[in-house]
Amino acid sequence: MHWLARQVLRLAVVLFCVTLLTFLIVNILPGDVATAILGGLATPEDLAGLRADLGLDRPMLVRYFDWLGSALSGDLGRSHRSGEPVAQAIADRLPVSLQLMIMAQVIAIGIAVPAALLSVRRPGGLFDRLSASTAFGFLATPSFMLGILLIYLFSVTLDLLPATGFSPMSEGLWANLESMILPALSLGLIEWTVLMRVLRSDLLTTLKEDFILLARAKGLPPWRVLLQHALRPSSFTLITVIGLNIGGLIGGAVIVEQIFALPGVGRLLLGGIFNRDLILVQGTVSFIAAGFVLVNFLVDMLYAVLDPRVRHVRFRS
Amino acid sequence: MSGAVSGAVSGGPLLSVRDARVGFGTVRGLLRAVDGVSFDLEAGRTLGIVGESGSGKSVLVRSLIGLVGSGSGAIVGGEVRLDGQDVRGLSAKNFRQLLGRDIGIVFQDPMTSLNPVMKIGRQIGEGLRLNRGLNATAAARRAVELLVEVGIPEPERRASQYPHELSGGMRQRVAIAIAIACEPKLLIADEPTTALDVTVQRQILDLLQREQRQRGMAMILITHDLGVAAGRADDIMVMYAGRAVEMAATREIFRGPRMPYTEALLRSLPRLSDPTHTRLSAIPGRPPDLARRGTGCSFAPRCTYRSERCEAEEPVLSREGGRGFACFHPLNASAGTSA
Amino acid sequence: MSASAVRPATVAPVGRRLSWAIVLPLAWVALVAFLAVTADWLPLPDPAAQELILRRKPPSTTYLLGTDNLGRDMLSRIIYGGRTSLIVGICAPFFGFLIGGAIGMSAGYFRGKVDLLAVGFIDILLAFPTLVLALTFVAYLGQSLFNVTLALGILSIPAAARVSRANTMAWANRDFVLAARTIGASNWRILTREILPNVLPAMFAFWLVAVSVIIVAEGALSFLGLGIPAPQPSWGGMIADGREALDVAPHTALIPAAVMFLTVLSLNFLGDMVRNLVDPRRSSL
Ligand SMILES: Nc1ncnc2c1ncn2[C@@H]1O[C@H](COP(=O)(O)OP(=O)(O)OP(=O)(O)O)[C@@H](O)[C@H]1O
Ligand code: SF4
Ligand SMILES: [Mg+2]
Repeated sequence: MHWLARQVLRLAVVLFCVTLLTFLIVNILPGDVATAILGGLATPEDLAGLRADLGLDRPMLVRYFDWLGSALSGDLGRSHRSGEPVAQAIADRLPVSLQLMIMAQVIAIGIAVPAALLSVRRPGGLFDRLSASTAFGFLATPSFMLGILLIYLFSVTLDLLPATGFSPMSEGLWANLESMILPALSLGLIEWTVLMRVLRSDLLTTLKEDFILLARAKGLPPWRVLLQHALRPSSFTLITVIGLNIGGLIGGAVIVEQIFALPGVGRLLLGGIFNRDLILVQGTVSFIAAGFVLVNFLVDMLYAVLDPRVRHVRFRS
Repeated sequence: MSGAVSGAVSGGPLLSVRDARVGFGTVRGLLRAVDGVSFDLEAGRTLGIVGESGSGKSVLVRSLIGLVGSGSGAIVGGEVRLDGQDVRGLSAKNFRQLLGRDIGIVFQDPMTSLNPVMKIGRQIGEGLRLNRGLNATAAARRAVELLVEVGIPEPERRASQYPHELSGGMRQRVAIAIAIACEPKLLIADEPTTALDVTVQRQILDLLQREQRQRGMAMILITHDLGVAAGRADDIMVMYAGRAVEMAATREIFRGPRMPYTEALLRSLPRLSDPTHTRLSAIPGRPPDLARRGTGCSFAPRCTYRSERCEAEEPVLSREGGRGFACFHPLNASAGTSA
Repeated sequence: MSASAVRPATVAPVGRRLSWAIVLPLAWVALVAFLAVTADWLPLPDPAAQELILRRKPPSTTYLLGTDNLGRDMLSRIIYGGRTSLIVGICAPFFGFLIGGAIGMSAGYFRGKVDLLAVGFIDILLAFPTLVLALTFVAYLGQSLFNVTLALGILSIPAAARVSRANTMAWANRDFVLAARTIGASNWRILTREILPNVLPAMFAFWLVAVSVIIVAEGALSFLGLGIPAPQPSWGGMIADGREALDVAPHTALIPAAVMFLTVLSLNFLGDMVRNLVDPRRSSL
């Protein structure tokens, strides 16, 4: 079978299993939804009525396939708290979460790549040791802690940036960035450490290759050898790790959106969890997992674009 | 010993190496990979460097052109002159310029010596743009011409391919194109055929020789096979355990080696007169541990001619009749021009 | 080749720095563990006892680490919070490694269909962002120390399965295993007697790393209010509480943050060191 077709099939299977698992967690686990919604004082008749409304009286698998059918057509049901369509709720909040994660990723890559390049100029040198120690420190800092520290430093002590709250683009680019910079830093300042370590170690391996010697023998200055010859062949693991770490980033985004009161998908999910809003949680978790799986799929494709050897193997066979 | 290796031409040798040393700091102490090697190379001539694996051939030539450096924790010593200019005294920038313009190098394994994610045309043109000031179009055009020259069919198509799309022999041709692109004065070929199919080895060696003649380049041809050096090198330097143990014109070496190690190398050559399935006589024993060098001749443990003196004292490279060797009991005393 | 150049520069102890880089983290972790274990016998105020008049007091001789928003003694809460962190941090990966280890070892040993199934299962679990899955689990299981531990334990299954699978594969073809097979040892016997002892060191090194990861995850859950339920102290919860008074009483957030940071940092140090000992090639990440 064609490589691409096989990958797409695999993607479909994983997505199916992921949504099913979400459904099972949300539905099997103890805690009666109807009671949770109506409170302990509700009469049995009320509860039964609500269960029927929610379709909870039908067999689980039937409900799952119903849900899956509508989900495929873009209908994730309605929140039974607000009555809002879940898909709409997610769509409204998605831009904020995306902006947060993209900014965090840009910060992370923006620090990690130069730091790794400078580190391998002299392995074991002052800069290398300094950046390794810094990375080690940040690695021990959870994002919720970093968020608080950043608020303490930039909002409380220095009074430079707003502590919480979100300004949409419509209030001006600067206002928007001001409200997003601390949240993005809370994630990016942690993420870079992992990326830097991966890239550094791959760079060191690449720098031992003969083609690097050949590049030097051509008379290329060290920084051009690094940037033009070493960086790209060293970035494959980095890209994979960026893809895998998006999972961590999504988790971090849930926390950071909560700390900084950003109206993103993570906060939507938390709200749903606190309110026992079953349909909302089911939809949001499935959406997040599907997005994560998709991104990793795309990263895999990117890999093929970047590495001609992989492209060769995959698209010619 | 300068006169030994090359007939002196006015203006001095193109490359002159004095007392080259390379040490690596290892956990077991200082590993002397190259231990005081000196030689000269005239413009347009070919020097073959021959020796077993691990004898320091690659480290020697790489150190000459600054490619073993501080990065690997190496300690490099000695004097290197190209065209009379002290190479080691140059600023980093000037040194890179000299490297890019005047020296080309071909590595052993074309699978690893080409950048896997850069198109071939660009890899060839890169040096031209940097060292010869060509613009992108001119460099690309020249790259295609070079591909033609090294015998690659469909050069335009190949130029826009990646290394993995070519066979090993083709890749080595590309590597040669890269090495000669900037019209260097010196071409270094470090076992250019070891990693290749037997069928293409000869073609690559012929290509190297042709380019060298046409361009009047000097060449250092590294090999562990005296047979490869036989028809192609003017002079041969035999290395053992980081030292030059014999230096002479190629025909002298084949007429009569003076150093027992050279003799052993010669004996391990397959001869045309041998029946097809004769086993090659590999040299028994192993080379010494370079980090634990004892006293005496480093070949002594494997030498059939050794005496007590060989184990106590170290032979230095001495000259006799226009050739050099390091041995207390040289062979073929009559073969030398003087006793 | 020179191994020193390949080695990524971790801050992990090498040579002379060995002394402080091990002693300090070890001492800190030992201190936290000792206080957590002996908390009940120490002369500490009740970590839940509120003294509203004395709220948000900075550190003093009576309240070594000050008091929080509700006038509770911070030192006492930190120590009892440490108990929570350690219980979850130690037990959750243990649970995950029990199950994940079994899955990974069977997959690596039997290969074929078992392997396919195991890898598929791991892939599915890995398709969820960790924290999101943890949140969902805890939310629907109900908040309790046991459920938090269970949820985080489930999350450590994939990692444990991967490590044990890779290691099992590496050992399964060794001579002594093949020898055991030829003399007719059962698969169970080979797995438990021949392979397990060899896989355990790698698992242990990984478990140490998992402890710090889980402590952070528990902190995140508590921070979001989905961890250990309210009056029981936990570091993440304390940081969340302190966040409200960041301007007037920063110590209420900064002290638990510092304690947690030091603990995670120490565990990372120790984990790195053990990992370098177990497998010198894998010293990064
Ligand atoms: N970076 C390094 N660090 C430590 N030792 C090194 C390093 N590079 C080379 N050596 C050692 O130097 C010695 C000479 O190696 P070299 O590669 O020059 O041998 P060679 O003659 O080229 O052999 P071959 O025919 O296998 O290419 C070897 O013992 C090798 O182990
Ligand atoms: S000096 Fe002695 S041991 Fe060394 S090669 Fe000559 S005869 Fe052999
Ligand atoms: Mg070599």
